[in-house]
Amino acid sequence: MQKKTKGDRALVDGSRLIIESLARAGADAFIGYPITPANLLYLYGSQRMELMLPAPDEITTLQWMSGLSATGRLPVTATSFPGFALMLESINMAYMMELPMVIVLVQRLGPATGTATCGAQGDLLLLKGMISGGHPVPVLATAGMEDCWTLPARAVKIALELRTPVVLLTSKEEVMTQRSFHTGRLEEIERGKWPLYTLECDYKPYKATEWVPDFLPVGQNRQQVRLNASTHDETGILQHTTPQAMANTRRLEDKVVQRMQEHLLYELDEEPGADTLVVATGITAAAARQAVQTLREAGHKTSLLVPKTLLPVPGKYAETISRYRRTVMAEESINNQLGGLLFGQQTPAGLRFAGALGRMITPQEIMEEVTR
Amino acid sequence: MKKDMLNTDSLPYCKGCGHDLIAKHTAGALQKLGYQPLDVIVVTDIGCHGIIDKCLNTHTVHGLHGRSAALGAGITLGLANPDKKVVVFIGDGGATIGLQHLLEAARLNLNMTVVVHNNMLYGMTGGQTSGLTPHGFRTTTSFDGNPFAGYDLCALAHTAGASYVARIMGIGDISGRLAVAFGSKGFSLAEVVEICPSYGIKLNPRRKLADIAREAGREEGEWTRQREAFSPGQGKKTASLLDKTRPIPAQFKHYLKEARSLVLSGSAGEGVQLAANLLGKAAMRSGLEVTLKGSYPVTVGVGFSTAEVNLSPGPIHFHGIGVPDMVLITSADGLNHNRARIAGMKEGLLLIDDSLDVPPTGAEVVRHDFRGIGARSAALYGVFMLALKTGFISTEPLFRTIAEEGLEEKIPVARIKEALVQ
Repeated sequence: MQKKTKGDRALVDGSRLIIESLARAGADAFIGYPITPANLLYLYGSQRMELMLPAPDEITTLQWMSGLSATGRLPVTATSFPGFALMLESINMAYMMELPMVIVLVQRLGPATGTATCGAQGDLLLLKGMISGGHPVPVLATAGMEDCWTLPARAVKIALELRTPVVLLTSKEEVMTQRSFHTGRLEEIERGKWPLYTLECDYKPYKATEWVPDFLPVGQNRQQVRLNASTHDETGILQHTTPQAMANTRRLEDKVVQRMQEHLLYELDEEPGADTLVVATGITAAAARQAVQTLREAGHKTSLLVPKTLLPVPGKYAETISRYRRTVMAEESINNQLGGLLFGQQTPAGLRFAGALGRMITPQEIMEEVTR
Repeated sequence: MKKDMLNTDSLPYCKGCGHDLIAKHTAGALQKLGYQPLDVIVVTDIGCHGIIDKCLNTHTVHGLHGRSAALGAGITLGLANPDKKVVVFIGDGGATIGLQHLLEAARLNLNMTVVVHNNMLYGMTGGQTSGLTPHGFRTTTSFDGNPFAGYDLCALAHTAGASYVARIMGIGDISGRLAVAFGSKGFSLAEVVEICPSYGIKLNPRRKLADIAREAGREEGEWTRQREAFSPGQGKKTASLLDKTRPIPAQFKHYLKEARSLVLSGSAGEGVQLAANLLGKAAMRSGLEVTLKGSYPVTVGVGFSTAEVNLSPGPIHFHGIGVPDMVLITSADGLNHNRARIAGMKEGLLLIDDSLDVPPTGAEVVRHDFRGIGARSAALYGVFMLALKTGFISTEPLFRTIAEEGLEEKIPVARIKEALVQ
């Protein structure tokens, strides 16, 4: 984190940082259909991205993105649940074809259309099960303005290096609220790199080294490329359930699980002697930081964990929680989705939940749960 | 040396299937036009037509049912290269599930060709009726004949803006007619009509393809439109979104000891969001940390307009405002939107236009004629009053912010100054 100084701050929203970060990391196309509360991302995408196309719906959005990705462009989009639901089958396609792209999912209150202008944290378990077969899609969750700068670029890097769609999870209050923020001293963003195939012959589109196959765009005239959303072997040719095809399908899971170990992102602020841990992601991290600060000032020793890599689920979070006598998990939902992700139905003793519906959880509510 | 598009003559289709004819004559047509296999990207999807991939020497992309036109459109947009040829294969089932994709590619007139394999039913799943099954045609699910007429896909694509559309009977050498479609600039669609030998012929014995098409009003034809093919010219783009956010130097003093929250509310179109924005920037100009959030109905031009502002000498983590420290209300819309909040205030300050009733509250109430300066400036005038009344910032950074934002002409600064003196 850069040192904060007076004088180089601007009033900005998270959406602006996210799109600029994506662009600097190498995203060069924004495809989308406008939806609240992702509207600002759409607007900034149209101003900043080399190619911006308004799609007639979210299925077309993901299909166009997949086509662009197949030619070596790095497309991004932004949506919220209703649009994301339409994208699901096509995200499965891009995952199977191993096409890099970033989808910014701005959470809002559901079910269904719910309340478009109200934030929420209710989509995590959908993301957990979004691929038929249960394979993980990398999901990073922003927890503050700095994350709106660093995590989109990381999402591009992961998308390219792992050849996969990546979801950047955020919510209404994070991307639409303006804040005084030091834009003059932001961390330099490195451009992501495609894992390009460099030899002149023998290209097999799904033959992997380190779990990830090298990429060649369709349309180049050196070697044939086959991309396939149906079960296929390393040549990209459709198969039923041959051993080669099953090995390829298995690799898709292994690829994300193994390679995401390089991208375990979280914030852990442990206070010596604390026996209580507060865990929060996304927008609720702000309330959690405030609550922990106030608790400490009042003499309550408290630690804080803010998970940012949410999928595939890192073991680190359950292990950290297991070291505390008491844990308060806070989330803008009524069913503790992160808790469900970590523990299923086996909620550990000493775990409490602070939830809220239709509004942000306040620091006071977290503090009450800690001191109750 | 020219290489064949196909790597075999033995294609994986039932005997007599029109898909075999389409694949072979597509290959012939592309070769006739001089394309090399790696200049061609064949995009297929689910359906019997989609199992052709392994027989092709071109690039092959095998996607989801009914989505090949959209996937091909994305590839066309990504290549942006007129020397490359994107050929999309789709069945009659896919053509209806992905009808929007076809129409959109035609509307944009993207440089690509869609070949619809219209065998008038869903072949791969057991011969069910499709959206292109003609009226009276028998399928495994319309045993007495389809009670509905099928879509006229060619008319739809033509109306949507395609450069070239043709309906072709899938009999004999169709390579010449396919070559016309492949050679067209912009979006072209060739609907090849055929009968599925496994279901269509068995269920409709002794009916000839040409007769079925004629009776359904789907005879051969060509429809053209003179249009420029889509080119992704995008106009001027911003080099950096951060260039659009002007840095705000902390050049004034503030007099705030701890964080304070403020709600401004009035009616849509009366400058509430602008007033909050200027206040936020003036507070930053005074060295404070700021958060700013607007809320209003989805019909942005009517009803309430509320802004929530947090001001703090230190970092602000949580930006939600339950019971605010200060409230400024300039109209009945704003009051009605915030009655509960005002009632919940046990202390703090309420500035309210003197035309409005004052709800029960524990806040100190200041009534003033904010609207007297003009409805569009009432909120900003209220912000100046708030600064004077609380002293957390001076009015100087507010005036400076108005000047820096280039708003001096649009805002009645002199009248505000005059009113403040009074």
